[in-house]
Amino acid sequence: MAEAETPVAPSEGASPVRVYRHRLPARIWHWVNALTLLVLLMSGLMIFNAHPRLYWGQYGANPDYAWLAVGSTPKTGFLRIGETRIETTGVLGRWTDAKGVEQTWAFPGWATIPTTYSLADGRRWHLLFAWVLAISLTLYMLWSLFGGHLKRDLHVRRAEWSPRHIWHDVKDHAQLRFPKGEAAAHYHILQKLSYIGVIFVLLPLMIATGLTMSPGMNASTPWLLDLFGGRQSARSIHFIVAWLLVAFFLVHIAMVLLAGPVNEVRSMITGWFRLPPERKAGR
Amino acid sequence: MSGLILPRRRLIARAGGLVAAAGTLPLLSGCDAINEAPAVRKILSMGEEMNRASQRALMDRDALAREFTRADLSPTFRSNGTKLPPGAAYAAHAAGGFADWRVEVTGLVARPLSLSMADIRAMPQRTQITRHDCVEGWSAIGQWTGPQLSHVLAAAGVRDSARYIVFRCADRIGGDLYYESCDMVDALHPQTIMAWALNDAVLPIANGAPLRLRIERQLGYKHAKYLTDIQAVASLDAIGAGKGGYWEDRIDYEWYAGI
Repeated sequence: MAEAETPVAPSEGASPVRVYRHRLPARIWHWVNALTLLVLLMSGLMIFNAHPRLYWGQYGANPDYAWLAVGSTPKTGFLRIGETRIETTGVLGRWTDAKGVEQTWAFPGWATIPTTYSLADGRRWHLLFAWVLAISLTLYMLWSLFGGHLKRDLHVRRAEWSPRHIWHDVKDHAQLRFPKGEAAAHYHILQKLSYIGVIFVLLPLMIATGLTMSPGMNASTPWLLDLFGGRQSARSIHFIVAWLLVAFFLVHIAMVLLAGPVNEVRSMITGWFRLPPERKAGR
Repeated sequence: MSGLILPRRRLIARAGGLVAAAGTLPLLSGCDAINEAPAVRKILSMGEEMNRASQRALMDRDALAREFTRADLSPTFRSNGTKLPPGAAYAAHAAGGFADWRVEVTGLVARPLSLSMADIRAMPQRTQITRHDCVEGWSAIGQWTGPQLSHVLAAAGVRDSARYIVFRCADRIGGDLYYESCDMVDALHPQTIMAWALNDAVLPIANGAPLRLRIERQLGYKHAKYLTDIQAVASLDAIGAGKGGYWEDRIDYEWYAGI
């Protein structure tokens, strides 16, 4: 696609119409990671279905108090968090499958891999794609660090840390006012913070808490158990962080849609981003 | 390159066929078809091999699973799988306090053994408070007592040609006797014991009375309950369907359950 058009290199002074915003490694990682996280989420929900209860501490099983549980009554499905019970009939705990049969697994078939209950298969998908996540994330981190991506695109400059600057960006977002012209070629502060949060906090947390659930890793790397306060705490954190990643995904998609989905998706495929025209003076 | 270019009309016809096929099949069953495809199964099983190889490489051969204190014990130790083996034979053993229970040690050993529960309790004992992790996701902490499997294997004179130890059980699930296996690293691991006591009491029936295996660096389904036979073998090919365990053969659980 890109070869067919005449690329316009970003130049100082002149306001470029198109900029090369995403380099090839970033684009490859983005799409590999998108697919990987989807498989990990859906196979993870299947694994959760095998025991839809979460605990804090070293141990936790049916006789112990679960801080979160999905369950069913003869007529309804429910989600309980602490002492708060929410009826979730049709979605969680009691739902109807594609064949019209009522099921009482926690997450419904459309949300899991595979669609019908198989802990064994859910684990096979999850534990293979966990490798894809870990390897691709490591490579991407190294490329970001040594390839200049981190310093050039994600590094938060001193001026950007000022509360006024952050508040300004929050207000702009709340009013759905996105950067135009040259400013749109760079990540703004909220974008930088969320990308840094996903790449350097949430995804590593997913991998570390996942490994903490492994009895083999507990023998070779026992400090992981102390770091997260036990295997069942690690399992709870794993689940919470998975939903934080889903929350990131939803905001990410909303921003892409609002900022111009064709231009945004194209730039993540070809690398080239069309700068939105400058606003009229006197905004 | 030019060899790859199809006439546009054929391409459109093909794409149309694909769309039609996708339309008639619900999307979800399409996903499940991927899950069932033999080539995909092969790729998926690579994960198990990567996990086994990397954990074996990272882990010291005798690295211990964490041992806890009495203060960490689960108030109630949950049971799973078979809670009462069906059949008159087991019922008779239970009624007699398992006085006539025997564990046969056979296969690639110099001296096949037939051990009574009294023999097993007379061996040097190990007591350990460890966490039991079910493949489903729950954990329970319990205190286990019994002889090390390595002691039993040494007494039987296990041969160098033995590469795996197979465990056979008295409980039937869906008509078939349960069985499991492990390699020699786990078989000779200091925490791999044949437990006859849980939390200072004789092992309850729901937890595998009179004797169950503890393989502390792997998930619960490896910890064979109602143990009757310990067999040293050179290969798992002739055991069940060849994957080394009851659930491995039936629903494709991983044989290496360290994660």
